[in-house]
Amino acid sequence: MNGWLAGDVTAARAVTNNLKGTNSGFQVQMRSKNMLATIDATAFIPYSGGAVESMLASHARTRSRRRMATAEQKPTADDARRSALMAAAQAGDKTAYQTLLRDCVPLIRAIARRQGVSADQVDDVVQEVLLTIHRARQTYDPRRSFTAWLRVIAERRAIDLLRQSGRRGARELHAPIAFENYPDETADPAGGLQHADNTGRVSHALASLPPRQREAVQYLVLNEQSLAEASALTKRSKGSLKVNLHRALKALRGSVEGEDKI
Amino acid sequence: MSNATPPNAAHDQLIEGLASDLGPVQPLPSPVRRAAIWLGFVIVAGLLLSLIADLPAFMQRFMASPDMWMAMLGSALTALLAAIAAFQLSLPDSSRAWAWLPMPALLLWITASGLGCLRDYVLPGTHMAPMNETMECLAIIVALSIPFSLLMFAMLREAFSLLPGLTVTIAGLAVAAASATLLNLFHPFDAAVVDLLVHALAVALVVVVCRAYGARLWASPNFSKAA
Repeated sequence: MNGWLAGDVTAARAVTNNLKGTNSGFQVQMRSKNMLATIDATAFIPYSGGAVESMLASHARTRSRRRMATAEQKPTADDARRSALMAAAQAGDKTAYQTLLRDCVPLIRAIARRQGVSADQVDDVVQEVLLTIHRARQTYDPRRSFTAWLRVIAERRAIDLLRQSGRRGARELHAPIAFENYPDETADPAGGLQHADNTGRVSHALASLPPRQREAVQYLVLNEQSLAEASALTKRSKGSLKVNLHRALKALRGSVEGEDKI
Repeated sequence: MSNATPPNAAHDQLIEGLASDLGPVQPLPSPVRRAAIWLGFVIVAGLLLSLIADLPAFMQRFMASPDMWMAMLGSALTALLAAIAAFQLSLPDSSRAWAWLPMPALLLWITASGLGCLRDYVLPGTHMAPMNETMECLAIIVALSIPFSLLMFAMLREAFSLLPGLTVTIAGLAVAAASATLLNLFHPFDAAVVDLLVHALAVALVVVVCRAYGARLWASPNFSKAA
């Protein structure tokens, strides 16, 4: 074993020791607070190559995944606690629900990473899964494992995201130099100044709006969120958001047009 | 490899928003029980329709041609199994493999219906449906599918599927099979090739329409449902 692409020295040493001894067991596991701290042996694939190392890494990867899946499905104390929290959430207990969702975040992250979601996209999966839990909470049967239920949802959401990324990747090309060198035939230097001026006026008008109207513009227009998402985030009703957005747009229009007349 | 999760303000904000939207919900009954409720509605509709159907003629046809009751058994089993599969698929953690559940019954239905077409060649004197009667079959299947699909989608909407296209396709199959089963009450002739093709067209039409409109069942967020 010459070296390792990534990973922790202790675990690498454990693998090396294991290889020196019997080859029947190839377990790399690190205990921590959460059962999902089991290390995925793919992080320790030796770069020196070789069929034996490749086989062992593959074997370890399979065993590691199987062990993780079993750990999630086993009715552990953590799972029983989550099931109880979800049952309480189904009855309308908001505190239990918040505790449960916060508890789910590291679990969802681990599942998403295991599915191959990149670090910068894991939070997107977390948000999607949290929204899915909320919308599907009536489908959960409290007699069954909550962790297994969550695992399937998280895996599906992670795969959805990977598919979307794949489709976007097939359509788009990352070519920053070509982008910078591409001449914009409609470019107008004076137009840039005018645009900056307009942006400043809109920002000023936006800042002068009442807080609720500004909030509606912020979530629904600038952040491009749906009414339902904005409603969940701001704790305001959809109707209230709509009314505030309508009033805000009217006020903004009046403010900008007023300045034009002057 | 640490499993510690760095605090994320966006997650906290979302969790607080979701908690504020929380209301009590009743856990859904099992898929089998939901399928039984839907099939109960279909059976009641069948009993009501039998009041206006010519039951002696219906029984006489069935005694005369065993392939017809096999086809009806196939369509009824398809409706039953497809309904169970659709309600199962409407759960976010269900396996995609549930979609295979109605396939053996569908195969029986298609095979037995196909055998009916051969009777025209074996028994040349058999009464076959003219085109106008055949089009009535299409109209009956489509008309029966409307209430069945409305109830099916209303019940499916109570759940939340992560496989929406597959779920509503199988639901459409259940609806079409149930309608085709009840069509037998008003089918005073044997199935010829044209008739069978029209039946297949009607079933396909129902499945496609269900797929087209049903996939939007879970498209819009429904946060305030329980509130």
